[in-house]
Amino acid sequence: MAHIQLPEGLPGIIGPLAFSPGTAKPLLELAETLLRGPNTLTSAEREMIAAHVSYRNECNFCQLSHSAAAAAHLKGNYDLVEQIKVNPETAAVSDKLKALLAIAGKVQQGGKLVTSEDIARARQHGATDKEIHDAVLIAAAFCMYNRYVDGLATWQPHEPEAYRDMGEQLAREGYVRNRFQEGEKAAQA
Amino acid sequence: MPHIALTEGLPGIRGPMVFSPETTKPLCDLVQVLLTGPHTLTPAEREMIATYVSSENDCYYCQQCHGSTAAQHLGGKPSDYEFIAEMKQDFESTSLSAKMKALLNVAGKVQKGGKHVTSADVERARREGATDKEIHDTVLIAAAFCMEIVPSIVESSGSRVAARYATSTCGVNFCDSDGFSLF
Repeated sequence: MAHIQLPEGLPGIIGPLAFSPGTAKPLLELAETLLRGPNTLTSAEREMIAAHVSYRNECNFCQLSHSAAAAAHLKGNYDLVEQIKVNPETAAVSDKLKALLAIAGKVQQGGKLVTSEDIARARQHGATDKEIHDAVLIAAAFCMYNRYVDGLATWQPHEPEAYRDMGEQLAREGYVRNRFQEGEKAAQA
Repeated sequence: MPHIALTEGLPGIRGPMVFSPETTKPLCDLVQVLLTGPHTLTPAEREMIATYVSSENDCYYCQQCHGSTAAQHLGGKPSDYEFIAEMKQDFESTSLSAKMKALLNVAGKVQKGGKHVTSADVERARREGATDKEIHDTVLIAAAFCMEIVPSIVESSGSRVAARYATSTCGVNFCDSDGFSLF
């Protein structure tokens, strides 16, 4: 049972987004820009940062849906996404992405824990200021989304297939398509 | 020194906001709706939730900035600033309404992590008259201020200097009609 009366049958964040359209718009625009906007980091890399932070925040809905989105961008490579979530340092990804994931992990624990050494490491492996900024802001934003989803005790599906479909749709169509209007329609139905 | 090359002389979150205009828009839109839009909670009450969460996150810039804004909404007298300081320390023993205390309790739980919010916390808020929208918005304000963008990007020493400057000006600026679109 969610803590407040949300439209029924809408999983995770979709419930509160439909409940509060005024805040849904900027929340979805932020996700779209951060995860799918023009960037030197691929959408797969950015979704992996989102999944890693959500995993660390123990937000089941966010970590499964963004894992699925990352995997969809990676032609179904769930193994790599699992490695990234649990231990990025030993995962088969670039040193730059490992360094950015380390920064994201620090942000998850608290903004002040990001050190100059963390930044120097990322820069040494070729990360630009924009990539560092975006890794920090993705991590920061998921500390928000994760708390939003769990702070309201939203309903979340248990079947992995539900997330697989969700991830494919997110990878294909993104966050500001008619996703939230769909939720609104479902709420009215 | 900030971790990345930001425009000099801009305090706290304003540096990253100028650095990344494409993310600034939705962030400002969100804060604008949450803190200044039409609401059954007053702007002062919503700024207090932002201030309390920033204080729990030990984010100096955000708690000073939103604390001053809250104090300005209350009237801007020295006693209003003192009230905000007391609220951050121990809101349960202030003269705030029982509903606001219950909402600040929810916000504090969100700061620790979403799963810390219990049915009992929510029931307490509802018993004191909070609506679902007020509970929803409290959770989202608290969650939004857990982004901790300032300490993550702008090193704490740098932001402290900036925040001293900001404290004297930003509360007043935010109370001017344009609110957060000022960025």
